[in-house]
Amino acid sequence: MKIHEYQAKELFARHGVAVPRGGMAETAEKALAVAETLGYPCVVKAQVHAGGRGKAGGVKLARDRAEAERHISAILGMNLVSQQTGPEGRRVRKLLVEQGLDIARELYLAILLDREREMPVIIASCQGGMEIEAVAREHPDAVFKVHVHPATGLFPGHARSLAFRLGLGKAQQQSFAALLARLYDLFLQFDASLVEINPLIVTRGDEVLALDAKVNFDDNALCRHPDIAALRDLDEEEPLEVEASKFDLNYIRLDGTIGCMVNGAGLAMATMDIIQFYGGEPANFLDIGGATSAERVQEAFKILLADPNVRAVLVNIFGGIVRTDRVAGGIVAAARGLDIRIPIVIRLVGTNEEEGLRILRESGLNFITETELSDAVRRVVELARGA
Amino acid sequence: MSILIDGNSRVIVQGFTGREGSFHAAQMIEYGTRVVGGVTPGKGGQMHLERPVFHTVAEAVRETGADVSVIFVPAAFAADAIIEAALSDIRLIVCISEGVPALDMVKVKSFLGTTRSRLIGPNCPGVISPGKCKVGIMPARIHRPGRVGIVSRSGTLTYVAVDQISGEGLGQSTCIGIGGDPIIGTSFVDALELFGADEQTAAVVMIGEIGGSMEEQAAEFIGKGFAKPVLSFIAGQTAPPGRRMGHAGAIISGGRGTAAEKMAVLREHGVHVVENPAEIGRAARRILGQAPGRIAKSKEGGR
Repeated sequence: MKIHEYQAKELFARHGVAVPRGGMAETAEKALAVAETLGYPCVVKAQVHAGGRGKAGGVKLARDRAEAERHISAILGMNLVSQQTGPEGRRVRKLLVEQGLDIARELYLAILLDREREMPVIIASCQGGMEIEAVAREHPDAVFKVHVHPATGLFPGHARSLAFRLGLGKAQQQSFAALLARLYDLFLQFDASLVEINPLIVTRGDEVLALDAKVNFDDNALCRHPDIAALRDLDEEEPLEVEASKFDLNYIRLDGTIGCMVNGAGLAMATMDIIQFYGGEPANFLDIGGATSAERVQEAFKILLADPNVRAVLVNIFGGIVRTDRVAGGIVAAARGLDIRIPIVIRLVGTNEEEGLRILRESGLNFITETELSDAVRRVVELARGA
Repeated sequence: MSILIDGNSRVIVQGFTGREGSFHAAQMIEYGTRVVGGVTPGKGGQMHLERPVFHTVAEAVRETGADVSVIFVPAAFAADAIIEAALSDIRLIVCISEGVPALDMVKVKSFLGTTRSRLIGPNCPGVISPGKCKVGIMPARIHRPGRVGIVSRSGTLTYVAVDQISGEGLGQSTCIGIGGDPIIGTSFVDALELFGADEQTAAVVMIGEIGGSMEEQAAEFIGKGFAKPVLSFIAGQTAPPGRRMGHAGAIISGGRGTAAEKMAVLREHGVHVVENPAEIGRAARRILGQAPGRIAKSKEGGR
């Protein structure tokens, strides 16, 4: 799960990680009031769950009240388009207004899980404010990594070795070590999957502060952090995905024309792949999971059909534990309850498949059934083109 | 021979009396797996599915001689269950539970390194050596005994592959679902090592997906002289970057872990890569043709 920068900074502040003074605002009046309290210069920052905000015009420095007013009205409500938002962009509903600081150096600091080494890794770089993947590609020796073993936890040596490589002075080293220790605690305590500060700044007064803040959480651990789960902002998520999550359906919207409904995440990915293999474009990823009730199948159908780009639907069910006759019953009930005007190709294989196919046939509804996966996909690709 | 489990495996079920545990334990018993008991703290002393229930794994091991455990507890308690099993010297721990927090797995893996236990999963369908033993939730009837070893990060997609392979008249030595999470007990390389040493296995089908670098590590391992033909499919060729595709581990991050990258590295190291998942069965038949002709018969009979 992702949270906003202002939420991450509130979390940082509560855990003793230094951040600039500032406040979040959802209206222009409130934002200006925050700016006036902070004084000038101040920074107006768009709050959306996407990077690349600066380049997209979502972060501006205001030297006086007039500038602050101008930036606030320009950014609040704007459609922010960056590489990470995709071409449709993201509407800015919230602003963070912060004090402007006298920056001496911009660094990079992150903690994440290294899947290969199976332990957390701390990544730091002298080149803050840039995309770390680009720095790693172009200047691999400017990126420093230290791993933290779960049995030992963080040692002073972790901070020491990074501070020296970052070229921090003595006074700065101490603030850096304190900040890193608190950040690592926060990473563990809240089951974060990523804590990233880009840039971490050193001020001319030798202070070390998080000028930006990004925290992602492990979805699997949210059940033990209800306070974190409450930070979820549904406005930042695709509405159809939010709807699907209410029914425990795993749905990700894409931009193709063939809707797919599949049981199992791996098979759902493979089904998208085979659609592309035969020249079609999948409109979504949808895993309806194992325990499939007629109600969930019906909800899944509603979500698929709510995407106006969908021109044909492919249902690919492999009944292992899942009974295909139940899925068939769900499909029929769903189709009866909805006004479906696009072709639906169904491949049902496995447990009780004869019964499942009989239910589909005798429903009187216009389903197209196929037994071979390749045939089903070729068919749906043709139909999506012709429709 | 098969790997990991066979007709002699003595299996206990952690989370035995729960809904999932009960259902799948009954299915395993029906398949012929020697389920010798189960563990549900607080329900020790009872009988369930005509097998004894114990409070602890230690007690179950002492009373039944179990060497394999399969875990069906809720994800929040899975780390605890795995550690308890390892502390009781269970040789093979199969964790089916989905949704285990990643940092729990960091601790579990670090601890398992100090024990003799092997973990399969979490978030996996389990292991089956067809005709001998099933420890997991896979549909038994699609499997047949044979010479193809299967290892996969996915559940249903594996069933589809098994179904195709059986449909070609081929069978499987052992099928291992290693799980869809970022940190798991047994990797592709671990599974390949086991299949490499197994006389029954003549070829291996490896089903990977986007995210992480386990497929790349497997490719390198195979390139160093793995003696059996390997066929691979990588799911997620059309997956967008930065999105988790159902499995917690299936995510392209920082541009790394794409299907294209994995397929290229596998090909470079001599692996047969299929792009169309409907072709896994036919391709398996082809590579099996290139495998050393027959199954060497073990004269000693044991291992």
